[in-house]
Parts: sequence; C-alpha cells; structure tokens
Amino acid sequence: MFLQKQQILNKEIESFDFQSGGEASSNLKNILNKLGVPSQIVRKTAIITYELEMNVVIHSLGGEITALISEDELEIRVDDSGPGIKDLDKAFTVGYSTASNEIREMGFGAGMGLVNVKRYADQIDVKSSKENGTHVKVIISLANKE
Amino acid sequence: MKLKAVKSLLETETIFEASDERDNLEVKNACGADLMSDVLALSNEKTLLLTGLTNPQVVRTCEMVGITVIIFVRGKKPQVETIALANQLNIFLYSTVKPLFEACGLMYKNGIGPEEMNYI
Repeated sequence: MFLQKQQILNKEIESFDFQSGGEASSNLKNILNKLGVPSQIVRKTAIITYELEMNVVIHSLGGEITALISEDELEIRVDDSGPGIKDLDKAFTVGYSTASNEIREMGFGAGMGLVNVKRYADQIDVKSSKENGTHVKVIISLANKE
Repeated sequence: MKLKAVKSLLETETIFEASDERDNLEVKNACGADLMSDVLALSNEKTLLLTGLTNPQVVRTCEMVGITVIIFVRGKKPQVETIALANQLNIFLYSTVKPLFEACGLMYKNGIGPEEMNYI
C-alpha cells in the first residue's frame, strides 16, 4: 500500500467538546475503509482512536490526533498539553477512573479506556507528565491479519 | 430474530429510521450497557445496543463498533443532536418504555444469546 509511512490524519481535539468528540476517529475509520484495510482492523483501530480521543476531550486541556500508515502498520499518535496522568499504572487497571460524576453520567469513566486501547494495540507507549502532557503512540499491525 | 420481531417484542416507538429496509435484519447478538467503554470492550460485530443513555456519543460509539440499531430504554428520548448524528450515519433509533433489564431479558428469552467474549 505505502512503502514509507504516510500521514493520513491530523486533527485537533478540543477539551470538553462532547459534540465533536469522536469526529477524528470517525474520519480515520472512513479513510481506512477507503484504503481497503480489513474490516476487523478498521474496527479495532476505531475503538483505539475513539477511546484515546475521548480521553483527550474528558481529561486534557486539548490536543491532537495523528495517524500514519505504511505497508505493514498503522501508527496512531495522540498528544495533549496536560495536565498529565497522575498514576500511569493505575490508569491501566480495569475499572480505575478519575472521571467526575458528570462525565460518568454521560457514559464515560468506566475505567476501561486505556485497558481497551492496550487490549487491541499491538504496541503501546504512553509518556505522561504534568509539565509536558500525555503522549500516546500505538502501533497496529497490518501484516498477516484476516 | 428479525429486527421487526424485536421492535414488536419491545413495543418500540420509532425515533429515526430511513425506511423499513432493516425490518428483515437478523439480530444475532445485542449489547445492553450505559457505559460506552463497556460497549467498546467487546468488539465483536454486533447489531443492536440497548441503553439508557441518550447523548450523541452513544451514536458515535455504535459507529465505531458497527452497531446499526439503538433502542433507548425506560421510554427515554434522545437529544436532537443525537438524532441528527444518527441520521448522518444511518443508525436507526427506537425507544421502549421497558427498563434495560427487562428489555435484555425479553430478547434473551427469545433467542438472542450472550456475546462471545473473544476479543479481536
């Protein structure tokens, strides 16, 4: 498909924008479908990006989502400008959430976000600090699937 | 079980459907949840979501996992934005006065089995 990694999406995500939240993931899903990526991979990529996108909407001061594709893999990068994840180990624990009651009433804050991302990603790297925000890089393999 | 039969069983009110083209849609499995990450946790191809949540993110979540039918329980009616997004994504919306537990139970009793817990 692509010999070198090419950027197929770059979209800003605004903090607490629950109306537009999910649009980047929706765009990426459509792009991958048009590129002929197998449906199962499209579905898990959509789940990963949507969870990460909503994390930015719910927990951050704003950020951006970038997707790159090569012949072998998809790379999703989600970068926000803070305030960082206080306890990264806990953030990967099923059921752990720092979301407010207001957020929970909207259907989020199940404590499954990063858990779901890790489950479906082939590789995940999360760096987070109060000063530099949170930076997530996910690799999804396109090789030998379906 | 066909969607037409589900609609009849749960005595649904139609909120949005482009046509009755999906009446013959085979509902093989369903998901009942008020937490969207729980819907996203099981990524098997599903057909139908039963939920008490009515905001647009319910429709977004369904888009991500390929769910094409949403039934709101306890007689809830979705927000205008939710209906607009469903229209845009061609996801059909219905409402039933039955609570989530009863709606799930009725569907289960009529042959809609549990989801397979195998992840992708």
